Amino acid sequence: MKELSLHILDITQNSIRAEAMLISLTVNESSAENNLTIVIEDNGKGIPAEKLQTIADPFVTSRTTRKVGLGLSLFKAAAEGCDGFFEITSILGVGTKVTGSFRRDHIDRAPLGNMADTIVTMVMSFGEADLFYEHNCNQQKFIMDTREIKETLGVTSLNELDILNWIREFVKEGLEEIMEEK
Amino acid sequence: MAKSLAELKAIREKKIDEIQLRHGKDGYRVVVGMATCGIASGARPVMIKLMEEVDTKGLVDVTVAQTGCIGSCRLEPIVEVYNAKGEKVTYVHMTPEKVTRVVDEHLALGKVVEEYTMTVVDGKIIDPNVKG
Repeated sequence: MKELSLHILDITQNSIRAEAMLISLTVNESSAENNLTIVIEDNGKGIPAEKLQTIADPFVTSRTTRKVGLGLSLFKAAAEGCDGFFEITSILGVGTKVTGSFRRDHIDRAPLGNMADTIVTMVMSFGEADLFYEHNCNQQKFIMDTREIKETLGVTSLNELDILNWIREFVKEGLEEIMEEK
Repeated sequence: MAKSLAELKAIREKKIDEIQLRHGKDGYRVVVGMATCGIASGARPVMIKLMEEVDTKGLVDVTVAQTGCIGSCRLEPIVEVYNAKGEKVTYVHMTPEKVTRVVDEHLALGKVVEEYTMTVVDGKIIDPNVKG
């Protein structure tokens, strides 16, 4: 994947397939610690312990349309190739947590890329499921919670073009603000 | 977040009539494959372009949605267009530039853009580029 934000979009699709109703995405960037960490946590149906052992193996997948499962394997390879680590934990019936950690200045670390487009594409695919997104960059924080947006608008789905356009701008501006050098 | 949310609410109230129109059942349903294969080959910019074009061209009865892997990963990004009868046209190797033409010709005028479609011969998928 050319951008870390594409990995994020990809991995959250697993959460939707696992019937999650809430997906929590946290991105932590720290220049001081020279680290970038992505955590995706959902309340989907979870993965059985024996499957968890081999989940990041590209020849393991639960899908039926093809025989390889590349999403988690690619994310794992990306993190491990940047002096980082990959971790997946899951409890059946409770949810799954995926973590990818990168050395921020590693030459092979892909750029984070277009988070606004990733968030909008995620929200479109989520249906009634919700997203809590927190992005920390050098002590500055940006938060977006789709539950709050739905409550304000009195709707159950955000899959309307005017709402999606607003979300895209909101994320774009919010991230520009926290990433400004101060 | 509070201030900006109020602003979204205002935009929304202005557009409420249009939103009600949007739920007509006669329009096209457009589906983009959004699994690892699609995402890696550029499905996200295709999706975003589709969203923008449908919005700016005011195609209120078109709905845009996503699906997982369709099973023809080498032809991704794949866009499927369903009409009101449920008949499907499959566009392959899509790009944001191709999306503009599909929106202008297929979604707005009902004219299929043949050269971007997938063709099936004897149960085998033929890539339009090698059709000859």
